[in-house]
Amino acid sequence: MSESPPILALASVSKAFGAVRALQDVSLELRGGEIHALAGENGAGKSTLVKILAGVHRPDEGGVLLDGRPHEFHGPGDAQHAGVAVIYQEPTLFPDLSVAENIFMGRQPRARFGRIDRRALRAETAKLFERLGVALDPDRPARGLSIADQQLVEIAKAISRDARVLIMDEPTAALSGNEVARLFAVARTLQEQGCALLFISHRLEEIFDLCQRVTTLRDGRYISTEELDGLTPDDLVQRMVGRELDTLYPKQETTPGETVLKVSRLTREGVFTDVSFEVRAGEIVALAGLVGAGRSEVARAIFGVDRYDAGGVEVAAAKLPAGSPTAAMSAGIALVPEDRRQQGLVMDGSIERNIGLTQLRSLRRGPIISRKVERDRAADWAIRLQLKYARLSDTVGVLSGGNQQKVVLAKWLSTDPSVLIVDEPTRGIDVGTKAEVHRLLSELAGQGLAVLMISSDLPEVLGMADRVLVMHEGRLAAEIPRAEATEETVMAAATGRTRQEAA
Amino acid sequence: MAAVTADAGGRRLVDTVLRARELSILAALIVLVVVTTAVNSSFLSSQGIKDIFLNASILALLAVGQTMVVVTRNIDLSVGSVVGLVAFASGKFVAGHDRNVLLVLLVGMAIGAVCGLVNGVLVSFFKVPALVVTLGTLYVIQGLDYYWAHGQQINAADVPASLLDLGNGSVAGIPYLPLITVVVMLAVGHYLRSYPSGREFYAIGSNPDAARLAGIAIRKRILTAYLVSGVLAGLAGVLWLARFGTVVADAAHGWELRVVAAVVVGGVAIVGGLGSVYGAALGALLLTTIGSVLVVLKVNSFWQDAIAGLLLLLAISVDRLLGLRVTRALRKRNARHGA
Amino acid sequence: MAPEAPAAEARPVQARAEAPRPLTRFIRWDVIVTALLIVVFAGGALGTSDFATSDNLAFALDDLSEIALIALPMTLLVVAAEVDLSVASVLGLCSALFGALWDAGWAIETIVPLLLVVGAVAGLVNGLLVTRLGLPSLAVTIGTLTLYRGLAYVVLGTKAVAQFPQNYADMATKTVPGTPIPYPFALFILLAIVTAIVLHATGLGRALFAIGAQEEAAFFAGIRVKRIKLLLFVVSGIVASFAGAVYTLRYGSARADNGLGLELAVIASVLLGGVDFDGGKGTLGGVVAGVLLIGLLRNLLMLRDVATEIQSIVTGLLLIVSVLTPRIAAKVRETRRHHRANPSASS
Repeated sequence: MSESPPILALASVSKAFGAVRALQDVSLELRGGEIHALAGENGAGKSTLVKILAGVHRPDEGGVLLDGRPHEFHGPGDAQHAGVAVIYQEPTLFPDLSVAENIFMGRQPRARFGRIDRRALRAETAKLFERLGVALDPDRPARGLSIADQQLVEIAKAISRDARVLIMDEPTAALSGNEVARLFAVARTLQEQGCALLFISHRLEEIFDLCQRVTTLRDGRYISTEELDGLTPDDLVQRMVGRELDTLYPKQETTPGETVLKVSRLTREGVFTDVSFEVRAGEIVALAGLVGAGRSEVARAIFGVDRYDAGGVEVAAAKLPAGSPTAAMSAGIALVPEDRRQQGLVMDGSIERNIGLTQLRSLRRGPIISRKVERDRAADWAIRLQLKYARLSDTVGVLSGGNQQKVVLAKWLSTDPSVLIVDEPTRGIDVGTKAEVHRLLSELAGQGLAVLMISSDLPEVLGMADRVLVMHEGRLAAEIPRAEATEETVMAAATGRTRQEAA
Repeated sequence: MAAVTADAGGRRLVDTVLRARELSILAALIVLVVVTTAVNSSFLSSQGIKDIFLNASILALLAVGQTMVVVTRNIDLSVGSVVGLVAFASGKFVAGHDRNVLLVLLVGMAIGAVCGLVNGVLVSFFKVPALVVTLGTLYVIQGLDYYWAHGQQINAADVPASLLDLGNGSVAGIPYLPLITVVVMLAVGHYLRSYPSGREFYAIGSNPDAARLAGIAIRKRILTAYLVSGVLAGLAGVLWLARFGTVVADAAHGWELRVVAAVVVGGVAIVGGLGSVYGAALGALLLTTIGSVLVVLKVNSFWQDAIAGLLLLLAISVDRLLGLRVTRALRKRNARHGA
Repeated sequence: MAPEAPAAEARPVQARAEAPRPLTRFIRWDVIVTALLIVVFAGGALGTSDFATSDNLAFALDDLSEIALIALPMTLLVVAAEVDLSVASVLGLCSALFGALWDAGWAIETIVPLLLVVGAVAGLVNGLLVTRLGLPSLAVTIGTLTLYRGLAYVVLGTKAVAQFPQNYADMATKTVPGTPIPYPFALFILLAIVTAIVLHATGLGRALFAIGAQEEAAFFAGIRVKRIKLLLFVVSGIVASFAGAVYTLRYGSARADNGLGLELAVIASVLLGGVDFDGGKGTLGGVVAGVLLIGLLRNLLMLRDVATEIQSIVTGLLLIVSVLTPRIAAKVRETRRHHRANPSASS
């Protein structure tokens, strides 16, 4: 390893958003010619760290070092000028502009008089796509691209910058094996050219395959930095989780009862096809699969926020009208959605109003809402779920991620559902609250609730589910009972390997 | 391979829809003109055509400026009041003096620039909703204009002949007014299409968050858009004086909505990111032509506003329906060829 | 180089019991506007002798009737993050219809219900375009603003119809006996109370705030977002048509250009009352204060012989200030919080 200073480094950085401390005293060094992994659970602070390196956020304390010297990024533009390129977890494209323009925005090849050289623009994009093995037309607009294609455009954008530092925040989540292999080849080339790379992934085997050193975060704190050589995946998980897995997944044994939710041949063209399954009372069924496999979309269709083209949903043997969340709610379905900040909560609203929002009718005394009933009910749920708050009239925006999720759960559990659909129930929340949520789900199932749990967190799927349904490219690829569910069987189905073997 | 053809197909679909917009306005224009001429042949006389272009010029000029603002997902409702203020101010400025035409134009555009700057600063630096800010400045500018005018009016007799000539004269048979508009339109259109900074206006309107991450100077661009809109409104104000000679304080009163209608009919998406100045100018031409047609066909001219409103509603509805259809088609296409 | 961080979780201890609410909760925009209203009223009463007379107040309030009435449904719309710019055109269209039908010999008892139906249809068109096609209400209502005003001209041209029966004209101008409150304004007070209850104490009100603040979350919570929005636009149309009848009778003149530009005054009062244009925030009390403040300011300026043009400038400035101040205040709060969070940052 060279003795020259790291190209980009963070020194004792802290960052808070309102009451939420996203990062506390975290340090990180990115050296030229090295691919560095950043490991940590959802909510450990990885994305915040990426955004500080990218100049989007400025640290509250501590600082960024560029070539060993303190440096302040005043915005994403500054970081780009310093040679930092970022592939974000969520694609950030301009839907109305062409793919080529998206890649070269702000750095278009110029012709005379500073005009854009459209031919060169197209040619360079085509060259990039060839290098990545992507079959995309440079002139098509970004609108309507699949998530995988959007991610490929992001990757092309980042590598086209000829950056000295490339940061990849879960770039592989939506990609197929082939595309991942090509991305890794490009990453290794950049490494040989002396770039510093930071790689984030939930797939541990990718980290071990690609990276040399790993820094681990837990609950926004720095845990360790070490060579990956001589480290086992179990060691890494131990660092990320910080405790034995058993306590994290307190699954009670239950005997499933009657079928409560029956989904038959549900199809939404271009999104998911022919999805059929049942969830029985007292059962936790996990819906696993890669990002973009159509899991959340199935949940949305069941709950009625999206329409579907064919098939049907039955709750307790009664057919559910399509496209009506109100009907789904009165049939006893509750949905804790994937995006807590957009779909789960009114962030500007108070805790009590958020909890009350799903049952406005039952809060009424005559036509008027009873503030007392509203408050009492919220207080009741706050105690039951051990919500940490100052005042019930505080906006939910000031709560930590874990406590926000508890508010969402309270809001839905107070409707007294018979089917609970939870979409990524522990994404972005701390380990302590995570265990609480798991215990709660387990208890609820024990009381006879039918739970459908969508999760990208494999240990969570394996630890909590009685059965695992795996989706691949919009179809149900496998149904795996608890006894047979392992990381290998689930991932094989999620990446479509089982289907190919069967074919 | 399959994916390549699918993408080409998707692009063709989107392209057709976009070009269809400008083409369909042209088609509507042609149908309108042909039918009207069939009913009344004097409609297509050289004087008739000249009148339409003269009348459309000022609206099209404003539409060009408005396009820059709307493309960034904002709106400028103050343009009508700026035209009124500048028309009156430059009238005052020239009354009784023999001012150089160029100087008058510069003064008018400077006043417009100040108004645009105020709007731009409020919207881009304080992030106040554009509609509200420009509604407020509309009130203020209009109030200043009325207060200053206080019932007076500028008469053609006070306006120097050289300025009136700008409004009504022509070079090689082509009147100055449409000439100016076309030059401005081509310049702005070329800038927006072919310069890196021009593309950034579209990027901002298409996805503001992504624009921030891409390091685009959002504030600067939005400020520029309002500045251009203000300057062009100032230019339009002077041209108004040159064309009509007689100016009362409420010149161009209510024009802000006509301009927005022209822009939207011309295919500029009100949510930003899409559309061209050419479409906007065509929209202005279409609205103006409809006005003339009503006169020629002796239809109650009161229908003019109602038709403009209907056209605007039709334009945004058709856009929306086409957009939904394209999205659905692309989704299915993606699915068929695998993600 | 990297020491193992302690695994102990030092989480901040949070209060079990409800913490006391800070006094700063009174520093709210609607409270400030109400205070301003009182200051303007007191200043007017002391400085201008004609101001606090019951005749003048009755005149000022009557003059506000239409703006005040339309501001009520507009508040609900803006709280739900929508806007209806077509209200003044609906008013004009209904005024023109009023005149045309009266001219044709219809009875007022038939005309007024018909106007309400027309208003409902006008609102329905807005609402359907917004909810069914998912178009931005701003664009839709700019379109219908032009359309409805155009139809008003189609109906009546530039004619003016006058000579309405005195007993109806009285209803639009006479005051409730013993008070300086004209009947239309009395109706406004009644409707304001109803609207306040709907907005602040019913499920519909809760739903409106949720829709305005985070429409997707409201939809996911089973709130019938589209149906509610459609209802709001229809109500807005009905109230605007009623205001058209009031306007016509008050001035005793039906014209196609009646209430031209009134939508701006309505929106100015709503925003001045502290309703956030982006939706999800606001109080009806604030809007009532905003309406009165604009009305009294106009009246005062008129009494002091300030040119009407200045009134337009004042309204415009108030509009800008009312959206600017909360944003600047938020920015200041943000900076201060940032400084409190890490006092060392400045070093």
